[in-house]
Amino acid sequence: MILLIICAVILATGLWRGVSVFDEFVLGAKQGALIVVRLFPYVLAMILAVNLLEASGLMALLVHHVGNVVQGLGMPSEVVPLALLRPLTGSGSLAVTHGILAEHGPDSFVGLLASTIQGSNDTTLYVLTVYFGAIGVKKMRHGLVVGLLSDMASLFAAVAIVHHLFN
Amino acid sequence: MMNTIWGVGVLISIGYMFLVGGDAQALANSLARSGEQALALTLGLIGTVAFWSGMNRVAEAAGLLKALGFLLRPLFVRLFPSLRREDRALRLVMSNVCATLLGLGNAATPLGLEAMRAMQEQNPRQDTATDAMCTLIVMNTTGVTVFPATVVGLRLAAGSENPMSIIGATLLASLFGLSVGLIADRLLSRWWSR
Repeated sequence: MILLIICAVILATGLWRGVSVFDEFVLGAKQGALIVVRLFPYVLAMILAVNLLEASGLMALLVHHVGNVVQGLGMPSEVVPLALLRPLTGSGSLAVTHGILAEHGPDSFVGLLASTIQGSNDTTLYVLTVYFGAIGVKKMRHGLVVGLLSDMASLFAAVAIVHHLFN
Repeated sequence: MMNTIWGVGVLISIGYMFLVGGDAQALANSLARSGEQALALTLGLIGTVAFWSGMNRVAEAAGLLKALGFLLRPLFVRLFPSLRREDRALRLVMSNVCATLLGLGNAATPLGLEAMRAMQEQNPRQDTATDAMCTLIVMNTTGVTVFPATVVGLRLAAGSENPMSIIGATLLASLFGLSVGLIADRLLSRWWSR
């Protein structure tokens, strides 16, 4: 809905201002497609690493140990896989959230917490890979640390806020 | 940095598998599947990114980005002081952040990529991130969104009585994350020098 209105406003303003909208659109689309093609090797490298972490059982081990630690902080162990996967993979964390909602119900405490974690974060590692990969920057400096730090902050904020609002 | 994280991560995974005597075949399979998955993701991305890049170019030519920039400029000059004299990059940054706020992830990524490219043009060291790039990354990774459409849709599909009940919570949590991220970004950019 919003998307349609935005498209309409853009095209209407363009025509009104005498912009050759077709030519500009095609040129822009070509640049966009090229950006994504250049991205492929970076995406491949990331997916490879995440797949190996999961298939080797290392992810399960991590979930187990982290679960023991964070339970003391008020985070139920059911959402630990989600908390770990959220910054790594968008489709992966979406699948985990879907599973939690189906198993515990969307309006249960765990369901509300999972929804909040899923909705208040983005795929940090994916964004880092895509944004820096597209322009060929290899030294991210503090980008990674700051990205993961803000993930941690909103994760624990989600736990505290859901406790406060719904419990 | 990425070299170490990625390389060590892959090595530890393989090493752990041998250590606990895990399923080597499954590991090999997941390795082989990665190419397929990466291709599917890339192909899925090309269509939407190309579409919004095209739309964005029309919007730019129509002067819409300029209008938006005029309204938000004072705030963003504070957040991105090094872009004070780079109008194009700053405008792209602003439209990217606006698209993220509205929950238009598909529109935000192409704008963000173009903002990164505009900043890269002025970057004296092509392989190293600038301060402004890192700030843009923080604003994109925290996922501050007024309306998290995907989760609301997921809750609706799962039969929630009130799918939108989490909207206040998601906004508060992500705003807290963004504040922590921006403060850390400012502090760390000083001593994590180029």
